[in-house]
Amino acid sequence: MNASRPDSTPDAAFVEFDRVQKSYDGETLVVKDLNLTIARGEFLTMLGPSGSGKTTCLMMLAGFETATHGEIRLAGRPINQVPPHKRGIGMVFQNYALFPHMSVGENLAFPLEVRGMRRAERAAKVARALDMVQMGAFANRRPAQLSGGQQQRIALARALVFDPELVLMDEPLGALDKQLREHMQFEIKALHDRLGITVVYVTHDQGEALTMSDRIAVFNDGRIQQLAPPAELYERPKNSFVAQFIGENNKLPGIIEAFDDKKALVRLATGEVIDATPVNIRARGQQTLVSIRPERVEFKPEMMPPGVHRIAADVLEVVYMGDIFRTRMRVAGSEDFVMKCRNTIGQRRLTPGERIEIAWHPEDARALDPM
Amino acid sequence: MLAMDATGADAGRGGLTTADGKPLKQALATAQSRARRRALLLVLPLLAFIVITFVVPIGQLLFRSVYNDGFSANMPQISAWFRETEPGTEPDEAAYAALAADLAAAAEARSVGVVGTRVNYEMSGTRSLFTAAGRKAGDLKPPFREALLELNGTWGDPQLWGVMRSVSSAYSANFYLAALDLARDANGDIVRAPEGRRIYGMLFLRTLWLSALITGLCLILAYPVAHLLATLPLAKSNLLMILVLLPFWTSLLVRTTSWMVLLQEQGVVNNTMVALGLIGEDGRIQMMYNRTGTIIAMTHILLPFMILPLYSVMRPINPGYVRAARSLGATSWTAFRRVYLPQTLPGIGAGALLVFILAVGYYITPALVGGASGQLISNLIAYHMQDSLNWSLAAALAALLLAGVLILYWLYDRLIGIDKLKLG
Repeated sequence: MNASRPDSTPDAAFVEFDRVQKSYDGETLVVKDLNLTIARGEFLTMLGPSGSGKTTCLMMLAGFETATHGEIRLAGRPINQVPPHKRGIGMVFQNYALFPHMSVGENLAFPLEVRGMRRAERAAKVARALDMVQMGAFANRRPAQLSGGQQQRIALARALVFDPELVLMDEPLGALDKQLREHMQFEIKALHDRLGITVVYVTHDQGEALTMSDRIAVFNDGRIQQLAPPAELYERPKNSFVAQFIGENNKLPGIIEAFDDKKALVRLATGEVIDATPVNIRARGQQTLVSIRPERVEFKPEMMPPGVHRIAADVLEVVYMGDIFRTRMRVAGSEDFVMKCRNTIGQRRLTPGERIEIAWHPEDARALDPM
Repeated sequence: MLAMDATGADAGRGGLTTADGKPLKQALATAQSRARRRALLLVLPLLAFIVITFVVPIGQLLFRSVYNDGFSANMPQISAWFRETEPGTEPDEAAYAALAADLAAAAEARSVGVVGTRVNYEMSGTRSLFTAAGRKAGDLKPPFREALLELNGTWGDPQLWGVMRSVSSAYSANFYLAALDLARDANGDIVRAPEGRRIYGMLFLRTLWLSALITGLCLILAYPVAHLLATLPLAKSNLLMILVLLPFWTSLLVRTTSWMVLLQEQGVVNNTMVALGLIGEDGRIQMMYNRTGTIIAMTHILLPFMILPLYSVMRPINPGYVRAARSLGATSWTAFRRVYLPQTLPGIGAGALLVFILAVGYYITPALVGGASGQLISNLIAYHMQDSLNWSLAAALAALLLAGVLILYWLYDRLIGIDKLKLG
């Protein structure tokens, strides 16, 4: 692949989906008009609920599914007609797919063997790949003798051993427990940085997507809802779906009273009018959902910078979660408005039934199209 | 936790004990004995059934292969003489006298035919010798040697005496020798049977070869079908599975005779080929009542026994393995050969073992469609059971077959491992 890299292709377009559509049954589209450009060396995550088309996109890129319409290009070369084994793409599968009848070493040597590499060279590469994932001592074990995390490392090493420039990962950490998952996220990210490979990562776990990615493509209903770096995605979701899917969100339904580029006035169900930042607002009188992150809500308005919006709230439920108190309140008619209070020294404990005043900054209240 | 640690610590020498000091093993046995007794009661009827209908008859038959008292029980005096003398001793007057007395007694008891039959197994054409002598034995006068020789010169044949010596003991390995195309000469040494009578070895070889061939054909036909069954969506694969199981709901005889209808010289297949002009009217292919018929019919009948174990092994194989292999750079053939095929080996082994063992002992189909060249060893066992009534030889042949199958089983265990056997 290195040799065939055309100089004319800018690095900005290492992988390209150009108007790609996919249908399995000829009646419904699983992927609707996908346009996506992935830069060389980028870590791009496809995030979405199951059935959103993200895995289908990955499978089309790997060559296990054919695009019904459109073109997929790898390093400037259309690969629609290229069979999977000639694409030179490394892939890590959800259940690892380590060959159970081969030892770890044989599993790693397999991609080198089918490429006709000589034995000595193979052994050196396998040893290097195993060391890379700190599994050097396990070459003679069978996959079944390894723990889930170890199998995961081997699967990773196998996808990297033949030096692919592009590595696809299909929910690779789904089967691991939380601690191990967080650790592996860190390791995968470190490998990506060290090797300079391009990674396309599919997951439905937004935490995973946020910690690892350079950019995240949020999929729903066969379309990319938003393609942005993690911070932008979290803080400036472009529509209600993204706002709901990424992290927790309080939503208050309302009607647009007035709006310009910077600011919108929203009349809530209880008649109260609040300031919000407009996103996707087209007309006055439009229905809207104002979304506010729970961690951006405070119940000590006097300690906040000026310009905050204050509103009354009835505490309904306080859940102790260790690092935070998750407080559910009635706000402007909505009964599942959540606020996260950090469990710091001297924090005031709220009790259910209490009436308090909460506040948020209008920048953190985003008026979105209702779903 | 603490209590356990404490008892564990005291028990350094005398084994673990329970909290009140009873040995742990004894306590465990008491606790489990009631459940064990109940379990035993549940399986007892089956155990009795197996012993009565399986172990006892097979044991008896195997016993018969080394035990036949047709001669020794009816000819006590001459048997005693054989016991007292060395093998190869010239029969003296005393021997002939004992023989004459035994023949007379046997004729009296109407068992001289049994004696003749027993000797006839070892040396053909001697049954009438005994029955004829039996009729006149009462009138014989000393010297008995001359009297018997006068009756029939064969009485002086050293081979006959050799045979009589060997059958004078009820226990004998002679049936096994016969089943292996071997025989004893006059001195009791083991030699090969005469050229024209060596049929069992050839039949054993043919049985093994045909069974291997049928197993191979079944594997080739079953593998793609099983793969299809394992990869299709459940609704479709269930329908196909019913088609695979359909033969089990049809009588074996019906299936075999329908092959006769299809394949005989005036059958459907030949008629079609003649009608299409593929072969001439006089070029009709003989596909029935020969080895071809046996192979075709048995492959068809045994096919499900190959498909089912293969299917049960293929079903849980994750399609991700082949995908992984392809993404790692393997062509579809390499992915199949290196990744898929090795994972189906337990199914191939189980199916092949099952089909081979069934084929080796198959009786009804070769008997119906095999003709002369398609007969297997089981047909000869049936012949000896039903027609020649040489049950001991039938038992010996069956025992050899059983031994062969057990050896195969052992080989399978050594090569693949019986724990990997998956029948469904």
